[in-house]
This record gives sequence, structure tokens and C-alpha cells, in this order.
Amino acid sequence: MNESKNSSRYTSQRNPQNGSLQSLLNDLTPSDASSAARRWAPVLAGGTLAIIGLSRKSAFGFGLAAAGGALAYYGSRNNDAATESVARGSVLLNCTPEEAYSRYRNFEDFPTFMHHLQSVAKIGDRQYRWTALGPMAIPIQWDAEIWDEQVGEFISWRSMPGSALTMEGTVRFEAAPANRGTFLRAVTRFDHPAGQLGRAVAKLFGKDPSFLMQQDLRRFKALVETGEIPTTEGQPHGRRSGVDLAMQKVNPDRPKRRKSQMSETLNNTWRTA
Amino acid sequence: MKAVCWMGANKMSVETVPDPEILNPRDAIVRITSTCICGSDLHLYNGLIPTMEQGDIMGHEFMGEVVETGNGINREKLKVGDRVVVPFTIACGKCFFCERKLWSCCENSNPNYWIAEKMMGYSPSGLFGYTHMMGGYAGGQAQYARVPFADVGPLKIPEGISDDKVVFLSDIFPTGYFGAVNCDIQPGDTVAIWGCGPVGQFAIRSAFMLGAERVIAIDRFPYRLEMAEEGGAETINYEEVDDVVQTLKDMTANIGPDSCMDAVGMEAHGNNLLFMVDRAKQALKMETDRPVVLRECIQACRKGGTVSVPGVYSGFADTIPMGAFMNKGLTMKTGQTHMMNYMQPLLDRIQKGEIDPSFVISHRVPINAAPEMYKTFRDKEDNCTKVVLDPWANGIAA
Repeated sequence: MNESKNSSRYTSQRNPQNGSLQSLLNDLTPSDASSAARRWAPVLAGGTLAIIGLSRKSAFGFGLAAAGGALAYYGSRNNDAATESVARGSVLLNCTPEEAYSRYRNFEDFPTFMHHLQSVAKIGDRQYRWTALGPMAIPIQWDAEIWDEQVGEFISWRSMPGSALTMEGTVRFEAAPANRGTFLRAVTRFDHPAGQLGRAVAKLFGKDPSFLMQQDLRRFKALVETGEIPTTEGQPHGRRSGVDLAMQKVNPDRPKRRKSQMSETLNNTWRTA
Repeated sequence: MKAVCWMGANKMSVETVPDPEILNPRDAIVRITSTCICGSDLHLYNGLIPTMEQGDIMGHEFMGEVVETGNGINREKLKVGDRVVVPFTIACGKCFFCERKLWSCCENSNPNYWIAEKMMGYSPSGLFGYTHMMGGYAGGQAQYARVPFADVGPLKIPEGISDDKVVFLSDIFPTGYFGAVNCDIQPGDTVAIWGCGPVGQFAIRSAFMLGAERVIAIDRFPYRLEMAEEGGAETINYEEVDDVVQTLKDMTANIGPDSCMDAVGMEAHGNNLLFMVDRAKQALKMETDRPVVLRECIQACRKGGTVSVPGVYSGFADTIPMGAFMNKGLTMKTGQTHMMNYMQPLLDRIQKGEIDPSFVISHRVPINAAPEMYKTFRDKEDNCTKVVLDPWANGIAA
């Protein structure tokens, strides 16, 4: 019931064959409440057990407290061990779905507005090698191919067999009513493999992958609509305080890119647009 | 170049900083000839709007000469050598909102939109020199400024008309006018305007331009009330009456003003208990805004009337009389000014001699005097109404 209501509300119903990611795309409001509950339930339950146990002041009580403490501890650790990063985002673009599609279809231009990417290189007909800059500037690489697409409607891509990373992504373009432009909705999912690479991927997308994706999409929107991405990087200012500088260093929500790099990319890539 | 920098609450400093450069294809660099301190800059000076950083360059009311343009700018729209007034709002001209002439709601000009979204749900356009939440753009109290989307905002000014007459097209004249437009003035209307600072002064004159029968202006500084009277307004000094709302009732045969304008904003003063409570809460950061005037506007407005709010609010205000607002069937219109709708028509009025905006200027000083003038302006010393800075003059004396 709920499912069908969702689909009538959110899907274009033009590409029902397009697998599991479509349902993710439809679920536009990730259930923060339930994920928070999943995260905190063992902590709360464990904490409660520990308190009850301690209040008993008996051997059984201390055992209960120890068990509760362990549950709380592992519960609190559990949220660091997410096995995938899922990101969703959407923007309204002031252009037709066909224009939006053709701008997005140039995967090699992604690094212009996706700041965590270093490059996307074409390695085959619909195949691309993606390179992202992970923590400590360690490159993270995967190969993905466009496995399904419909001009002016959607593009779906997923990692190729043998790729270091397993991921999938889809983006959909829908005409907004009364010539108001195009709704772009996107979703990506990255597996976190075991080991260092998985940790690097988790770190790359951070605690809120959808926030990063939304920033990417807003930059894409600005690029499509205005031919440039708004920035203040490289403008003059007076003496900064040490605190502000430190904040900028540690705040991962403010991805920065060197200004020369930015204007170079813009001037080369989008001047003709 | 020299620039007025925010170095913390109550701390302004004229610093030597690098000249601005073109960063984006549709940028221009303007060599500034006149620049002003705005009443809204005082909220920053007082440290009441979040997301300022030490070293930020202040100022959003400036004009000058284009000295460089990015290669994305159509030469027919703007070229080196053009004399321009730069509006304080930055708009891309291409998005959903710009196409609907809601320029100050532009989607693409605020790179820090997400900070504003956290506070407001959605972000307004970028502004010059007005917090990182509003884009963090370096402002125009400097010798040069970088102007993004320079093919949309800047208004070309012909030679032969002085800076003093046109520099206020950058903010306060269109803002006062927009405040009056938002009053939805009908023939025979009485408009009450709280705040006789520069925006209030322009709002008084704009209300008459738009056909108001009477304008009643409210303030507490005699020199500002005099200036309002020169503009044709009747005045109330709120420190000399028991109750502004009752006084307005008496003046309007118990009907009330048809529209009420809050040209004061978040740092309103008053003489009642609620004002004292607000002031204490603001000092304790329990409330960002003191809506003393907004409350009076809602209370005083006639049934079915319009409340217009050009005064700046930044965050959250308490004890808004929603009951009065709802039950009296009021309309409220607000917003940062949609500058590009009004700059050219108002320039035409200036050129026709209908108004000479330079009447608000009380101080002309070199840029080095800016820190001192912030204090003078804030404390309303020396009959200060409007300060114009010359970025190129030396010394600190006028």
C-alpha cells in the first residue's frame, strides 16, 4: 500500500526495469529516525542494564552491569561500521530534461562540480575510470559503466566486474510542470569493502553522503544555469584569526578547491557552453 | 588596497589587503569611487548576526568604474570604463527566481547556501560583505571590489551626475522604495513608518511618490524627525508619547494606518517592559532579534492592512502577536530588496529632478575614518544619518 503510494508520487514510471536503486530514489526521505533508533537502541538498552545491574549491588547485578556496558560499548561502535554509503539529492534545473541529460551525460566533466573527484576518464564505449581523492590524498579508483539509459530521462551506471569498489548510481530527469524546468534526482550507493579501502571510502563520503551530493548538485545547477560555479575562494580579506583558520582545516563539510584550479577548469571547459 | 575589515564585535579596522582578482567568467572588478556605511552594517558591528569571520571586508553600498571584466561578460552589457552603481544583492539572472524578478532570492549566487538553509530552510541570494551565511563575499568598503554576475546587477550611470546623487541606488533608496511598494498603497492611504534612518527617509518620500495621502514617521531622534518632516511626513517621537499605537489611533480617527512599515529591524528600541526583556534575551543569545517595532506595526495596522518589513531580521524573534495578525486579516510583505526592478526607474526619477538622494548624507570622510564613523553612526552622535567614505582620500578628518 505504502509502496504503491510512494511510486505514484515519486516515480516517472518510465523505467520500471531499473532495479533496486530506483526504489532508493523513490524513498526520498531517508528514515533518519529509524536509523537513529537503530544506532541508539543498543546504547540505551545497554546503559539501562548497566544502571539496573549496578543498583543491585550483587554479583548478578555486576554481571548484568558488565553485560549492559559491553552492549552499550559495541552499540556505540556499531555506527562506525556502516557497510555502505548511500547518497540522495535533487535540484530544479532551469532547462529542459534533454538539456539536463546531455550536460550530465559528460561524465568526464564531473570533477568540475563534484569536488571529491579528481578525474573521470573514458576507458570504453560507456565505461569510465573514476578517481576520487580519499583521506591523506590517497587516490580511490573504480571502474563503472553506464548499463542503462534513456535520452532525456535517466542514466544508470554501476561498477564493472573486477573493479576495486562496488557501487551503483542513477540519475533521473523529469520535466517540471508548466515549463518550470527539470527535476533532477540522483542516488548513489557505495559498498565499503573490508580493510583500508573501505575505511577510506567511508571517510571520503563522511557521515552525511547526501549532504556532499546535494552540494555537488547545487554546483551542477549553477554551472548549467549560469555557466559558472559561485565562489569566494581567492578573494582578499584582512587578518584571519587562528581559530577561523583551524576551523576551516578541520571542517570536512566545507570541501575546498584551490582557486586557480577552479577557474582554469571553468574557463577551459565551460566557456563555450 | 585599503579595506574596512570586521575584526570582531565592535572592532573595525582599515587594513591593507591584496587587490581582488577575477575568479569567475562573469566577474568584474570595480575601482570604487564612493562607498557608504549602511544601518544594517551596524548589526554586524554589534556582533549580532552569526557567521562573520575576523578579516571579512565590510560594505555593500558602493559605486565606481569597471576596470576589468571576465571573459564571460557580454561587452554590450558591461565593459571596462563603464561607471556603475553595484546593487548589494548578487543575482545570476538565469534561475527560477531571477526569471520571476525575485532577484534577492537567486538560487545560484550564494556558495554557502547550506548555512542559510540550516537557519531559514532555503537560502536567499548572496550579498556583499554581509556574513558567510549570505555568501561571504568581500564587500565594498574598499578601494576595489570583485562583482560576480556583473552582467546582471550593476547599473550604468551616465557622466554629469554626481556620485552623491546616485550611490544610494546601491541599497537604501531602492530598499526604501521597495518598502513602500510592499505597502500596497491605495489612493487616500495613510502609511506609518517606524524608523527615520536613511531607509525610512527614502520610504517616506517613496510612499508619497506611490500616492500615499499621509505618512506618519516614528523615531526618537529630533534631527531625524526633522528630516522626515522636510519630506512631508507627520511625526511621532515615541519617547514623548505614552503609547505609539494609541497615538496612531488618535491620529487616524481610530481606523489605524492602512499600512505599517518596520524600517528598523532586529535592534529596535522601545520604552516598555517587553523591550527590556528582549534586550536581556538578545544579550544572553536567547533571541537573535528584538521585534519591538514589528509588534507595534502588527498592533497598530488597520484591519485588512499591510505590514511591510524592509528592516533586517536575522534569526528568531519572540512574542510576535500572531493573534492580532491573524484575526485582523493582515498581509505581511518582506524581503531583501529585488534591486534590479527598481534601480533604473529610480535613476530616471533622479535624472528628472524628482528627488535628490544626497539629502541624507551627514558625513563625508576618508576611508581611514571608517572605524570611528561606525561608532558615531551607531551611537547617533553628531547628528549622524549617513556616512559616505572616499576610498582614495588620505587622512581621517573630513
